[in-house]
Amino acid sequence: MKAIVRCEVNGEALEALADPRDTLLEMLRGPLGLTGTKEGCSNGNCGSCTVLVDGAPVCACLMLCVEAEGTRITTIEGISDGNDLHPVQAALVAHGGTQCGFCTPGIVMSAVALLAREPRPDATQIRHAIAGNLCRCTGYDKIVAAIAAATAPEAGGAP
Amino acid sequence: MQPFAYERPTTVEQAARLLANDGARALAGGTDLVPQLRERRRHASLIVDLKHIPDLTAVSRTASGGWLIGAATTISRLGADAGFAADHAGLIQAARLIGSLQIQSRASLGGNLANGAPSADAVPLLISLDAQAEIAGAQGRRRVPVHKLPSGPGRTTLAVGELLVALHLPPRPPRTAARYLRFTPRREMDIAIAGAGVVLTLSADGSVADARITLASVAPIPLRAARAESSLVGHRPTQAVLTEAGRIAAAEARPISDTRGSADYRRDLVAVLTRRALEACVGEIASGGARP
Repeated sequence: MKAIVRCEVNGEALEALADPRDTLLEMLRGPLGLTGTKEGCSNGNCGSCTVLVDGAPVCACLMLCVEAEGTRITTIEGISDGNDLHPVQAALVAHGGTQCGFCTPGIVMSAVALLAREPRPDATQIRHAIAGNLCRCTGYDKIVAAIAAATAPEAGGAP
Repeated sequence: MQPFAYERPTTVEQAARLLANDGARALAGGTDLVPQLRERRRHASLIVDLKHIPDLTAVSRTASGGWLIGAATTISRLGADAGFAADHAGLIQAARLIGSLQIQSRASLGGNLANGAPSADAVPLLISLDAQAEIAGAQGRRRVPVHKLPSGPGRTTLAVGELLVALHLPPRPPRTAARYLRFTPRREMDIAIAGAGVVLTLSADGSVADARITLASVAPIPLRAARAESSLVGHRPTQAVLTEAGRIAAAEARPISDTRGSADYRRDLVAVLTRRALEACVGEIASGGARP
C-alpha cells in the first residue's frame, strides 16, 4: 500500500509516492534522486545520512518517509546554490578535512546545524556535534579544524 | 522490512483504539523501532505514530511544582526548555547521553522507557526521581510508578491497546540533587556497561534524609539498590559512608557477563559509579546548585 508524502525538500514543496516501509533516506535517494545523502550503517550509528528536518539534524535512515509529512527537509544538495560552496564545505576543502569523502555530506550537515545554533563553537562543542558522524578514514582533527574555521553568520558565512 | 500500515492519530483515544489491533506497535522517535523492524527483531503490521497527539509532545509545570512531560517529547526539545533544564539538570544530562544529537532530535523519554532496554540511560533517574507513567487504554487512564514498566530486556508491562501518554515528575524537595553516571569505552555513541542514577536529599543538619539509587545494565531491568539506599539514611555523607554505599550497591547488582563486560567488572563499576554519583550530588547540594 503506497502513501503520498507531502513535504518541503531544499525549499521546494513536493509530493512523493512512497511505501510506508521506506525510510526518509530511501525516499531521498530513490524517487527524489538526491544521492548526496549517503547510506552507511542504516541503524543510526554512522551519521552518513544526516539531513536537517525542520532545522534539526537527524539520521534519515531512522525516519520512515511517512513521518516526513509536513516537514521542511534540507539535504546536502540544498545548502549551496550549486555554484558556490557553503562556508563549511569550503573550509573542509581548505583544511583537507576529507579523505574518501563518504562521511563528508553528513559531517557538513551536522556542522551546518551546529553553526546555526552556536556561531562560534569551541573544539569540544564541535567534537560533540559530530560525535554521531563516523569518519572511518579517521581524519577528525582536520574536520574539527575546518568547522572551527568556517565563517560564522555575522561574518557573512554559514547560515 | 515486512509490510505494515501506518496511522497518524491525533487523539489519545484514537491511538488506544488503533493499538488494540493485532500486531500494532507505537512509534515515537523511531530511533530504536525503525532499526528493530528492519532487522526483524520486532514485528509490526500496523505502526501508530504518536507524535501528532498534542498531549504527547507537550511539556508543562504542574500546579504542585512538578513537571508533566509528553511521552514523545524529543530530548532536544526537553533540553531546550530552560525551566525544565533548571529543575532537572541531572535528568537532562542523562538524556543527553542517548545516542548522538541526530538521535536526540527524535528520541524521547517515553521511548527510552517503552523500548525496555536494561541499559536505557534516562530510566534510572526517572525511577530514582519517583516519576510516574501515565498510561491510556480502552479502560481509560492509569498511573503507575515508572519502575513498574520494565519487565525484561525489550519488554514492558504495557498491555495490548495501551500507550504511554506522559511522565509525571513530582516537585523536588529542598537540598536534593540528581546525577546519572555510566561507563562506556567510548565517551559518546555507546551503550552503558553499567550505570548508576542517584537522587540524594540532605537534611538541614547535613545528614542524608533520603537516597534513591537505580542501576543500569546490571539486571534484566533497571534495578533499585535498596540496601545501599538505607545504608545512607541518617548518616553524614562522609567518604567512608559513600564508599560503603557503593560497595553494597555492587553486591545488589545482578549482572551477566557478555561481550561488553564481565559480571565482576560490572559489579566493580557499580561500586565506583554509585560512589561518584553520590559525591557529585553532595557537591551540588553543598554548592547550592540544588536550590536551598
